[in-house]
Amino acid sequence: MPDATGLELIAHELREANDGSILQTEFRRGRAVLEIAPEHVPAVLQQLHDKGYTFLASLHGVDYYPDEPRLGVLYELMDMREVDRISVKARVSTEDPRVPTATGLFPGANFPEREVYDMFGVVFDGHPDMRRILMPEDFEGFPQRRDFPVGGEPVLFTYNEETGYGKDQ
Amino acid sequence: MSALDTSTYRQREESITYQAESAGMGETHELLTLNIGPHHPATHGVLRLLTTMEGEVIRDVKPIIGYVHTGIEKTAEQKSYWKVIPVIERMDYLSYYFNAMAFCGAVEDLLEVEVPERAQYLRVIHLELDRIMSHMVWLGTSALDLGAISMFWYCFRERETILDLFEMSSGQRMHTRYFQVGGVIEDIPRGFASKLRQFCNEMPTRADQYADLLEKNQIVLERLRGTCAMPAEELLKIGVTGPLLRAAGNPWDLRKAAPYSSYDKFDFKIPVGTVGDNYDRYRVRHAEIYESVKIIEQALEGLPEGPFITPDRKVSLPPRHELATSMEALIHHFKLVTEGFRVPPGEAYHAIEGPRGELGCFVRADGSGKPARVHMRDPSFTHLQALAPMVKDAYLADMIATLAMLDPILGGIDR
Repeated sequence: MPDATGLELIAHELREANDGSILQTEFRRGRAVLEIAPEHVPAVLQQLHDKGYTFLASLHGVDYYPDEPRLGVLYELMDMREVDRISVKARVSTEDPRVPTATGLFPGANFPEREVYDMFGVVFDGHPDMRRILMPEDFEGFPQRRDFPVGGEPVLFTYNEETGYGKDQ
Repeated sequence: MSALDTSTYRQREESITYQAESAGMGETHELLTLNIGPHHPATHGVLRLLTTMEGEVIRDVKPIIGYVHTGIEKTAEQKSYWKVIPVIERMDYLSYYFNAMAFCGAVEDLLEVEVPERAQYLRVIHLELDRIMSHMVWLGTSALDLGAISMFWYCFRERETILDLFEMSSGQRMHTRYFQVGGVIEDIPRGFASKLRQFCNEMPTRADQYADLLEKNQIVLERLRGTCAMPAEELLKIGVTGPLLRAAGNPWDLRKAAPYSSYDKFDFKIPVGTVGDNYDRYRVRHAEIYESVKIIEQALEGLPEGPFITPDRKVSLPPRHELATSMEALIHHFKLVTEGFRVPPGEAYHAIEGPRGELGCFVRADGSGKPARVHMRDPSFTHLQALAPMVKDAYLADMIATLAMLDPILGGIDR
C-alpha cells in the first residue's frame, strides 16, 4: 500500500492531469482508496497503469444504501513490482448507473463488469457484451442491491412459464 | 435495461441451432456450433461451452456460467460474521480453508485483531493440506479427462488421507469451519501430529509415483506438450494468477510477495515453468505438492506454544471451563453466540494465494453485527476468461486438456 503521504501525492498528480477527477482520498488501516468521478474512470486507470499499477486484481460492486450516490464500483489495482495495492472507487446513483468500461485497458474486467451489472445494475458503457452473467437472462431486478429482498421466488417450469416471474408483474 | 420477457428468452434459446451451417465458406467448408455441457464430465462442473468449430478446429468458445449460482454473497449479508464462515467455505468447494482464510483475514483487518502465532502455524498446516487436496482432485480428474482412469483412484486415495486429517482436527471432512476470526476453533488433537508426519513422509513418494505414471506416458505427453500456451503478459492482462501464471515463467506468488500468516518463516521454493503450455501447467502444480509438504513439515516442527485463538473476549469464545466459574465469561459467551461481534465501519480487501491463484475477499462493514457486503474474487471466475484466447485455433481434444489444466471450480465461479 502507498502510505498516507504517497496516496496524497498520487491524488495530487491525478488531479493535475485531470481536473475534477479525484473527489476524495481515504487512508485507513493500511488501505488506500481514491474516490473518483465515474466519467474519469478510464483516464485515471490509465494513469495509474502508467505509474505501475498494471494488474487489476478485482473489480466489484457495492451498495451503500441508504447513502447517496448509492452504488459503488471498486477497482483493486496492484503494482506487482512494488507489491503495492491501491483501490479506486467510483460512485453512481441508481437513477443513472453508468460507468465507462475498463475492458480496453484490462481485458480481464469483462466478466467482473458483467457481474456488477448483473448484481447491481451498473451499466458499463463500451463493454463488448453487456449481459447478465450469473442470473438467468430473464431475471428482473438486481439481487445484490440492499433493498432487494431475500426470500422465495417462483421457479419457472413449463406449466407456469406464462405466468411466472417476468410476465405478470 | 429491462429484463427479457419469457417468450423472447425462449425465442433466443430456440434460435441456437446445432446444425452445420454454411457461413459463406462454400459447400465444402462450414462452421459448426457445438454445445458442450452444462452436464458433461469433462467440464469439471456445471459449465456450458458454446463452441464454434471448423472441422475439428475451434474458432470460438463462449463459456456460459451461472448454473450453480446460489447467491452466497447475498446470504452472507444476512448472517453475523462468525456464521458467514460456513457459507463462504461452500463457494469454491475444494479450497474451503482458503475461502475461510480470505474472509477471516479481511475481518481481522477491519477489527485489527492479532492472530496468535500458534494459530497462524495451524492455519498454514491446514491451508497447505488443502492445497495438496485440491491438487489431488485436479490431478485425478484431469488425468481422467486424458483417459488415464487409474490416476483418479490413486489421487483420491491420498485425498481421503487428507480428509481423515481434517476430520481429526475439526470433526468435518469438508467445509470444516475450522478457521475462526482471530485464530482457529480448536487446537489439534492428540495423535494428529504423528498422523500428519506419516502423511508427509508418504506424500512425496506418492507424487513420484504419479510422475512415473504420467510423465512417461506417450499419450499424456502428446496431449499436453506444446498445446495452448499463453505468454505471461497476456495472462496478466486477463488477471490470471497462480499456477497458470507461474507455468508461463512469472514467479508471482502472494505467499512470497506479500507474506501473510507467517509464510515468511518457512523455506520453500516456487516452481515455475518456461513456455506456459499445458505440460508446464501440469508440472508446476505437481511440483507444488512437494513444496506444500515441505511447508507442512516445517510448520509442524516449529509449531509454537501458546493460544490457538486470540484472547480478545469480544471476538473469540471463552474457554468452556471458564463458563462455570466466571460471570463475565458467561456474558461474553452469551453475547457472541446470540448476536456475534460488531465490526467497526470500513472496507477491507484481503488477498491470499489459493490453489488456483489470487483469492481475495472484500468485506464492507457498516458497524453492525452483519457484513454489509462480502465479495469473493475467485480465481476460477477470472481464469475462465482466458479459455477462449487459449484454445482458439486448437483442436477440440486440446480444449478438453486445456480446461482440465485451467482447473476451474464451478462452485467458485458461480458462487
